[in-house]
Amino acid sequence: MKKPGKMLREVLRSAVRKPATVLYPYVKVHMPAQFRGRLRFYAERCIGCRLCMKDCPTDAIVIRTVAPKKFEADIDLGRCISCGQCVDSCPKMALEMTEEFELAQLDRGKLKTTQGAPPTETHAQAPQPSKPGPEAANKSSGS
Amino acid sequence: MHNGDEHVQIPIGPQHPALKEPTSFTLTLQGEKILQMGVRLGYNHRGIEKACEGRTYVRALYLTERICGICSHSHATCFVQAVEEIAGLEVPKRALYIRVLISELERIHSHLLWLGVAGHEVGFDTLLMYTWRDREIVMDLLAALTGNRVNYSINTFGGVRRDITDAQKAEVLKGIDALEERTKYYIGVATEEVTLIKRLRNVGVLSHEDALRLGAVGPTGRASSIPRDVRKDDPYAAYGEIPFEVITSDCNDVYGRTLVRVGELMESYKIVRFVLKNLPDGPIAVKAPRKVQAGEALSRYEAPRGEDVHYVRANGTDKPERVKVRAPTLANVQAVSKMLEDRYLADMPIVVAAIDPCFSCTDRLISIADDRGGSGVLFWQQLREYSIHWYQHHGIDFTELNKTFRRGEDA
Amino acid sequence: MGSDLFYMLVFPGLAFLIVFSLLAEYVDRKLYARLQHRIGPPWFQPLADLIKLSAKEEIIPQQADTGIFKFVPLVALAAAATAFLYIPLWGRRAPYAFEGDLILVLYLLTIPTVTFFLGGWYSRSLYSMIGAARSVIQLFAYEIPLFLCILAPALLADTWSLSSMTQYYHQHPARMLLNVAGLGVCLVAMLGKLERVPFDIPEAETEIVAGSFTEYSGRLLAMFRLTLDVEMVVGATLIAAVFLPFGLDLPQRLGAAWGGAAGFGLYAAKVLAVVCVLSVLRTVMARLRLDQMINFCWQIAAPVALAQVVVDLVAKGLLK
Repeated sequence: MKKPGKMLREVLRSAVRKPATVLYPYVKVHMPAQFRGRLRFYAERCIGCRLCMKDCPTDAIVIRTVAPKKFEADIDLGRCISCGQCVDSCPKMALEMTEEFELAQLDRGKLKTTQGAPPTETHAQAPQPSKPGPEAANKSSGS
Repeated sequence: MHNGDEHVQIPIGPQHPALKEPTSFTLTLQGEKILQMGVRLGYNHRGIEKACEGRTYVRALYLTERICGICSHSHATCFVQAVEEIAGLEVPKRALYIRVLISELERIHSHLLWLGVAGHEVGFDTLLMYTWRDREIVMDLLAALTGNRVNYSINTFGGVRRDITDAQKAEVLKGIDALEERTKYYIGVATEEVTLIKRLRNVGVLSHEDALRLGAVGPTGRASSIPRDVRKDDPYAAYGEIPFEVITSDCNDVYGRTLVRVGELMESYKIVRFVLKNLPDGPIAVKAPRKVQAGEALSRYEAPRGEDVHYVRANGTDKPERVKVRAPTLANVQAVSKMLEDRYLADMPIVVAAIDPCFSCTDRLISIADDRGGSGVLFWQQLREYSIHWYQHHGIDFTELNKTFRRGEDA
Repeated sequence: MGSDLFYMLVFPGLAFLIVFSLLAEYVDRKLYARLQHRIGPPWFQPLADLIKLSAKEEIIPQQADTGIFKFVPLVALAAAATAFLYIPLWGRRAPYAFEGDLILVLYLLTIPTVTFFLGGWYSRSLYSMIGAARSVIQLFAYEIPLFLCILAPALLADTWSLSSMTQYYHQHPARMLLNVAGLGVCLVAMLGKLERVPFDIPEAETEIVAGSFTEYSGRLLAMFRLTLDVEMVVGATLIAAVFLPFGLDLPQRLGAAWGGAAGFGLYAAKVLAVVCVLSVLRTVMARLRLDQMINFCWQIAAPVALAQVVVDLVAKGLLK
């Protein structure tokens, strides 16, 4: 039957329920597990093959040799699109995507980050990715 | 305008509250009646086809994904299918099923978004708020499955990048149940809310013959009784094994397009349930070579907006030689002028919204036949100098502004 | 003279009216948001919007007629505010009541619509001119039902003064029920006057950007927006005075101090109830097209209003 105000009951019901809006940033929002956020680099596992640099669509990661067998990664957060291709391409699981997504800065210079400083105690205990995740098991690039 | 004889030309766009993306429509009006409509595309053109040529296949994949935000998986899958066909890769069954799952979730997301946009265009903001609230369910599901809410990047050459766990399967089924209930409510709203029906019925009429002649695809064509759906006509991925109906309507108007889209939502829920129940075991990808042998392929895909076509030509290197994208909106936008013949100005926003335009996918270079004759090529530096000179000629000088910008860049 | 100035500028004049309009706008927007399952603006939002707009630069198009462009917002606000002085709030007499003030109020409420037309037309911008034309065409559609359903209770009460009308219904409360159909039509026609969904055709955002207000900015736009809010309160007060004139002797019955507060409370409750109904109507319907709106008004609203007039005439004859 066609009448105006079909949504009347629904809207009246919503008026007494808690609003669907999340008051971000006063309320923290958590992304699901395995969300592709900020990139993390494990310098102790990097062998300097630079396959990540070859496959990065935006040239956001640059691997520099600071000492024989020691590498640092310059990651430009302004360019990184969090696609995770570098994670898939790396043969040694030295890259990982974390769930951190609040990466905005007011100063463009602060987006250029460097990871891979000499390992401190906390870094030495850096967790191995427990089992080869589905991404690592299917590196279809690289032959 | 009020003597009834005067014609007024009003521009809708490139910037206009009715348009979600920049396009230039020029309407010739007599009072409230539309006499003529001109369309100009090209405001979102980013040169992606050319950009793909200079990039390796892996890099180009992420570029094709970003042709559009809502049809992102459509373009990526279409591209990947073309390259896999040239390289002769046999994609494992499990990967194909996962691709179908993400496709259908994307279709659900896109159609719910469209319902909201249609509501907004006719001034029914409540429908916008409710459908977009429910869309969050499917976006959270996609974020859990693929790692991102838009631009899912689930595809890779030879399969998919992520697998789906049993816990995720249960989550998806729960989400689909909730969405199905909500969709049934929206079907009720679409068929019973009299003010909404008045705005949608007999608006944007496109007869069956006109739709065939102008080449309408997707829900726009299916609402004019053209039973074309690439998933049925030319099954790709795992669609050959999945039972579903092609929804058509004989209303030939915006109301028909609404019914087709909500009908497709219900079909998508069925497909998702079938996929999750019958997900075959096995690997999720095969190794793909970096250099693709010479060859060419045309790949078709049923995007939420219609038939998406990608053509790829490979030449044995690790970079494609030519990539061409034909988005569904390009086929549908020609029908808009026909739909708006002899209609009112108030119908324009909803008729344009009813073809579900995605001008990001569509945009391409437009070459305008210049009756002064002659054409030329300007390089970037020349174009820049030309524009600076043109503005100075019209009394606007940007040198001060440029100095401020340059100071900011050095910081 | 002093009391006149007090009536016009403070209460129930400009100051009270502006504060109450901002409150009514807040209630409207908050309810609209809550019905859509959102949170909605804080209580000071309408005031903040007004202050922000007043602080912005006024950009006047080169082709616009500057005199009329700047003058009409003032006229609109003045007309809407003046209408308020003739409507009885909770006493049984408005400050400046006279025999025939009903007609005056109805005409004063028509002036804002004419000013929207003038402002839009003399902006000389395409979108404004279309919006201006739509404003006037819409006026032709809803004006007759609105006038008829306000005049019908006046016919029964045998007077052209709003204050005498409320007096009459106060003495014969049961006869308010005869005007229920008129209340319905008046609410719908009020949606047309206030240019709210489903009749916000002159200001359709997705079609003509902002209609008559497209070229307005700064203080002039602030005045127009304030006019819309004031019109809403004046319209709601008119509906409350004509169709809901009960409890008007509370001030007398409860004594001086409590009586005033109770009377004001009842008045505010009536007006906010009408605003809530207008809000709910705004939420659940889509915007109609101009021709559909005209069809609706002439085929459904006007006959019901006419029927209401007939009912009141018959009742007047029978009750004599």
